[in-house]
Amino acid sequence: MELPVISNTAPAAEGGGCSSSGCGTAPDALGHLPDHIRAKVQDHPCYSEEAHHYFARMHVAVAPACNIQCNYCNRKYDCSNESRPGVVSELLTPDQAIKKVLAVAAEIPQMTVLGIAGPGDPLANPGRTFETFEQLSARAPDIKLCVSTNGLNLPQYVDRIAQHNIDHVTITINCVDPEVGAKIYPWIYWENKRITGVEGARILIEQQQLGLQMLTDRGILVKVNSVLIPGVNDEHLKEVSKIVKAKGAFLHNVMPLIAEPEHGTYYGIMEQPEPTPEMLQDLQDACAGDMAMMRHCRQCRADAVGLLGEDRGDEFTLDKIDVMDVDYEAAMVRRKVVHDEIIEKLDAKRGIVKPKAVGIPEGSRPVLMAVAGKNGVVAEHFGHAKEFLIYEASPEGVRFISHRKTELYCGGMDSCGDGDVVDEGATESLLDRNIRVLEGCEVVLCSKIGYEPWGKLEAAGIAPNGEHAMEPVEDAVMAVYKEIAATGKLLPAAETLKVA
Amino acid sequence: MALQITQSCVNCWACVDVCPNDAIYQDTPHFLIDDGKCTECLGDHSVPQCAAICPIEMAIVDELGEFLNPPGSLTGIPIEKLKEFGLWREAA
Repeated sequence: MELPVISNTAPAAEGGGCSSSGCGTAPDALGHLPDHIRAKVQDHPCYSEEAHHYFARMHVAVAPACNIQCNYCNRKYDCSNESRPGVVSELLTPDQAIKKVLAVAAEIPQMTVLGIAGPGDPLANPGRTFETFEQLSARAPDIKLCVSTNGLNLPQYVDRIAQHNIDHVTITINCVDPEVGAKIYPWIYWENKRITGVEGARILIEQQQLGLQMLTDRGILVKVNSVLIPGVNDEHLKEVSKIVKAKGAFLHNVMPLIAEPEHGTYYGIMEQPEPTPEMLQDLQDACAGDMAMMRHCRQCRADAVGLLGEDRGDEFTLDKIDVMDVDYEAAMVRRKVVHDEIIEKLDAKRGIVKPKAVGIPEGSRPVLMAVAGKNGVVAEHFGHAKEFLIYEASPEGVRFISHRKTELYCGGMDSCGDGDVVDEGATESLLDRNIRVLEGCEVVLCSKIGYEPWGKLEAAGIAPNGEHAMEPVEDAVMAVYKEIAATGKLLPAAETLKVA
Repeated sequence: MALQITQSCVNCWACVDVCPNDAIYQDTPHFLIDDGKCTECLGDHSVPQCAAICPIEMAIVDELGEFLNPPGSLTGIPIEKLKEFGLWREAA
């Protein structure tokens, strides 16, 4: 079943989530993240496009209070038929939330992530939010905790967030300009007063940006959500994307405004248009040059349960969990087995992507290639590459294998290309070392390369290739693989003889 | 002197956490203010805190029944629109 990746329609509330492994519009946006970040998000459905096919999340609605008003939100959130952020059916106390989480985790072992996302702002409910986190980290240490906030109270709670091992935080940042903000936020509650207009928006933006910086300084992963509001912040979000990336957010999730009159929101009643899917896609593409874009968000409810795109909340209402008898110690053992199986499966299929190998003779051997890539294209000068992405091309297609770190040997423009920096000896040894890092690879793809490394690579049996600069990595790797195949070098000697 | 919560209340808890007198308690169908405890925040804050954070117009009234957040004051939705969508009330 193919679900829309992001669309204007209400996210699908029925069905079994997204079963197609290729439901993203782009190759896994996280494919090229450093290993330590990828390890943190590989089982997080809201952060990893790949993971969302296998792992489930749940939100517990323990945070009803809010400290700002957004024009796309209506605080009359009690509705069972809608599926959108801020809507819940049942508020929970922290104790009820714990019970629900343990019941769901035991029943749905793929559930790896517990988020508090409302229906208000979690950090405007610090007592209920942190009590829930505290109990959960003690009783269910195998569940990742995350929190989603408007950012207004973020700076004052960053230390508590760090203390509770919450290493995923989502901040909704719709603007960095108070004039734009005044069109989105009619008021905020700040220092015991309601502050309206541009002044309120200015304070909110200031706190969001400060909070973002404080989180990334502490190594906490930050995703930024933005609501695309045509005519209000559409162009402006490109600027937002640049700024949050510079502050260390690792993923930007631009979501379409949901504004129907029946929701009773300001935008709904005032007939503010929602963006078309094309507008959303164009904006995501425009921002994508700046940072990893998330394209598989389902804009789920603040009490959603299950895989993204499905909601199994009905199976876990308070009356139902009341009669469930959960042995969490036993459940944790089962959960571990399931998680390991999924991770293994993900590792095995990581990076199997288009293009398909067409016209490669059966029985051709696979070839490893190192790519000086950036943002999915062959973008880096050989001497400037901090790491090489290792791909394997085979008759099955192109597969991402791993990263290999290098040490920079190129001293900059003055010595560009030739590795001819002041300390000749050190230069040589670094270059030699980098060539050793590429062991097993038969080709190096880069945007440019100097004469000296060219010669040394050839001597080491690695063919340098600068022909595919700025092309998508997978396409370039496949093109080179086809060139090698055309020479007949990929077939076993006996095969070759037979063909000849 | 004490404020009161009206039927417009959506039970969002925002006021409970900011009341300096712990005067607000959960009840059915909505939260209520203990008039023995409510001081309208005199001496604690320059404005009543429940009314400063309440997101719902017409949900808090003073002793005269006047809305602290009258229709249209929080959302900016024009009165004609509020009337059109049945969101307008003259008094508590």
